[in-house]
Amino acid sequence: MIQFKEASLIKVKEIIARYPPEKQKSALLPVLHLAQVEFGGWLDVPVMDYVASILNIEPIEVYEVASFYSMYNLKPVGKHVFEVCQTGPCMLNGSDNIIEYIKQKLNIGVGETTIDGMFTLKTVECLGACGYAPMMQLGKIYREHLTKEKVDAIIDECRAKAN
Amino acid sequence: MQSLMNAELKRINTMSRKLLLEKAHVEGIRHYDVYRREGGYRSVEKALKMQPNDIVEEVKKSGLRGRGGAGFPTGMKWSFLAKPDGVPRYLVCNADESEPGTFKDRYLMEFIPHILIEGMIVASYALGSNNIYIYIRGEYDWITDILEEAIAEAKQNGWLGKNIQGSGFDCEMYVQRGAGAYICGEETALLESLEGKRGNPRIKPPFPAIKGLWGCPTVVNNVETLAAVVPIINEGAEEYAKIGIGKSTGTKLISACGNINKPGIYEIDMTISVEEFIYSDEYCGGIPNGKKLKACIPGGSSVPILPANLLLTTAKGEKRLMNYESLSDGGFATGSMMGSGGFIVLDEDQCIVKHTYTLARFYRHESCGQCSPCREGTGWMEKILLSIEKGKGKMSDIDLLWDIQRKIEGNTICPLGDAAAWPVAAAIRHFRDEFEWHVNNPDKCLTENFGLRHYADPIHVPV
Repeated sequence: MIQFKEASLIKVKEIIARYPPEKQKSALLPVLHLAQVEFGGWLDVPVMDYVASILNIEPIEVYEVASFYSMYNLKPVGKHVFEVCQTGPCMLNGSDNIIEYIKQKLNIGVGETTIDGMFTLKTVECLGACGYAPMMQLGKIYREHLTKEKVDAIIDECRAKAN
Repeated sequence: MQSLMNAELKRINTMSRKLLLEKAHVEGIRHYDVYRREGGYRSVEKALKMQPNDIVEEVKKSGLRGRGGAGFPTGMKWSFLAKPDGVPRYLVCNADESEPGTFKDRYLMEFIPHILIEGMIVASYALGSNNIYIYIRGEYDWITDILEEAIAEAKQNGWLGKNIQGSGFDCEMYVQRGAGAYICGEETALLESLEGKRGNPRIKPPFPAIKGLWGCPTVVNNVETLAAVVPIINEGAEEYAKIGIGKSTGTKLISACGNINKPGIYEIDMTISVEEFIYSDEYCGGIPNGKKLKACIPGGSSVPILPANLLLTTAKGEKRLMNYESLSDGGFATGSMMGSGGFIVLDEDQCIVKHTYTLARFYRHESCGQCSPCREGTGWMEKILLSIEKGKGKMSDIDLLWDIQRKIEGNTICPLGDAAAWPVAAAIRHFRDEFEWHVNNPDKCLTENFGLRHYADPIHVPV
């Protein structure tokens, strides 16, 4: 059965308390973020239904939001998701080469996950790090001024974490 | 020229004046104790002794214009807020910084979060709002933690919560993360998102000042705008308005990126020239590897791109300055816009077609899909630009692109349509020969770049 951990349930209550009474739907985006972290990095339909039930809204209200925003994954992703920016300013600083390099190095295409389930490569649009290009988001933080060497180091670091 | 000389003199008098980033490099400024020791929260002390309406008047007098991109006078926006009895009012901070080339708000929030909190408390008091929501783009996850920690510090020290500093004013502040949608930077889409819905912009009127968050009167302001309230209250509107020139008062944060030696955030007073901004070591430090300047988008990806000659000098032959009026001098025919201050520089080796394609792809990805001209048009523009970039375009495609952008502009609920149309229009307007070269040289364009051609002429471009 899908159920938030106790700590997350407390967090959900805290979030709902930020809004006026009856406006608990406003908690939807933050709660989906929590759910994605807690339930394996993506939002399966039963997870979305669960979120609907705790916010007392219809499941469709959750689906339409989850499918609108690019940060919610609607299918499984690898343990580490490389989200590489490819918009104008990053392109001017060689993001195409970085994306190509990651593809070769991990032997996957954009949107794919390595067979061992370790890495997913995604391209994303402007993440607000244009002065520190090329860059990618990895989990909670940004990795900036990327070079091939830095990409190597990041991949090693992710692998080391798994061992 | 007289006005230029006056501007020059004024610039010398006020050079390097920093209002927002003055303390950015003080160690530990991210934390309350250091921030307070350095004079933080004085503006709240001062404001709480003022009448709320006097604060609004002060902000009006300062000439502060919204720093998110539209440049609408902030004091006027505040004065539009409806105040029906018994209905709560809200202040919402737009921290959904997503315009390509723009990364200034991130810097403020990451390094001096308390200046934003301080400015918001003053604004909230002026507007009679007891609840503030900071809507921050979802990707700025670690900055959310920084803000929440700073809010907790402010609350512990009596600047938030009930009866702030014994004034009887109550105020709570919350941070809400978005989840990856450029469109939520549009204020009504932001409010929809904050209500837990898809970020579809609302039809206006009614404006948020009348019906905003949960149908209540709401003011939505950008991060930098709210932070600027602090120096306005501390120093007074008149002092603030002395900095800058004309209707470009105060200082502006510029996030500079692309092909420059020193990308980063610069706080400028709006009297410096574009040329100085690009080439001086105090700012961008010139173009790397001795290359020449080809083009620049001075105010975030939505505003028109300008070739080097029109960027540095207006069509009238005057030096172009880094401010609202000068950057837009000549309209879209020969000028651009200050926008959000996202300053993107392209050197001689960059391909305008490819760059425009990445922007078109961005807008197609970010269109909410509500209005057909934008939903369909952005997709068409992306596909046509890619085909021209790959040497598969026809001459008629260039006219087709022009036609599509014309049919998007002005025909959508929100300004994303215009934002998607303008970069394509400006690229064709100023660089049509480069598009034609791609069509005429389908093989060559895959291995070579068009280069500079006439764009750096007729004026001298320093190397």
